[in-house]
Amino acid sequence: MDVFLFLVFALTAVGCAISMVVQTHPIHGAISLIGVMGSLAMLYLILGGEFIAAAQVIVYAGAIMVLFVFVIMLLNAGREGASRQPRMVLWLGIPVFIGFLSVLSYLVQRVAPKSEPVRFGAFTGGNTHAVGMKLFTDYLLPFELTSALVLIAILGAIVLARKELD
Amino acid sequence: MSGGVPLSWYLMLSAVLFSLGVAGFFFRRNLITMFMSIELMLNAVNLSFVAFSYRFRQVDGHIFTFFVMVVAAAEASVGLAIILTVFKNRGSLQVDDVDSMKN
Repeated sequence: MDVFLFLVFALTAVGCAISMVVQTHPIHGAISLIGVMGSLAMLYLILGGEFIAAAQVIVYAGAIMVLFVFVIMLLNAGREGASRQPRMVLWLGIPVFIGFLSVLSYLVQRVAPKSEPVRFGAFTGGNTHAVGMKLFTDYLLPFELTSALVLIAILGAIVLARKELD
Repeated sequence: MSGGVPLSWYLMLSAVLFSLGVAGFFFRRNLITMFMSIELMLNAVNLSFVAFSYRFRQVDGHIFTFFVMVVAAAEASVGLAIILTVFKNRGSLQVDDVDSMKN
């Protein structure tokens, strides 16, 4: 069952990610990215991260992607035009991409612990209680600093979006 | 009940998603799509954080994932505001058109 669930959600994630890279219309890319985020939330749940799975759905798929879709609608973004770069650059890029992926996979295979299979329910330390305890004891200072960061980001977004240049 | 998948499969999935994010960032010419590719890379890194958190049976990886989410939200709001300003001034979302610092 664990293997089946992993394969279903991993293949969904990879398929949606490929679709995001290949689609030329931004709204199709945004919908594909929501698919990736939803299947990643299910994988977090299998790995024992209940709180993180919920936060992934609420923050990423809910808040951030709504912002993206809203901006796409606001700007009435259409299909992207052809690049000014020559086509040869694209055909050179694909082998470079495959090379990057194979180097990355080789490194992962080298360092990854292979012995232990992942089972649903083997790690239950990721519930909201455990995350909250850790967040408000050991990571209290970073947590408070993020509130300042978010405040600065809000102010920055307002200032940037209101600015009228000529 | 059969055994689960090895942990390295999760890390491999994370590597594949990260590479696809890099490819999207380099191949696409639309500012919004490039920005979404960055979000895809962040998500891939989050997956490996959670996988290592499972491996070491510690919740610290989840905390880091949480912080990455907060930073991604802040980054998305500021980045989209920048994209709005670029569109207001250029009338285009093509990254090729934003080249006033070239030459």
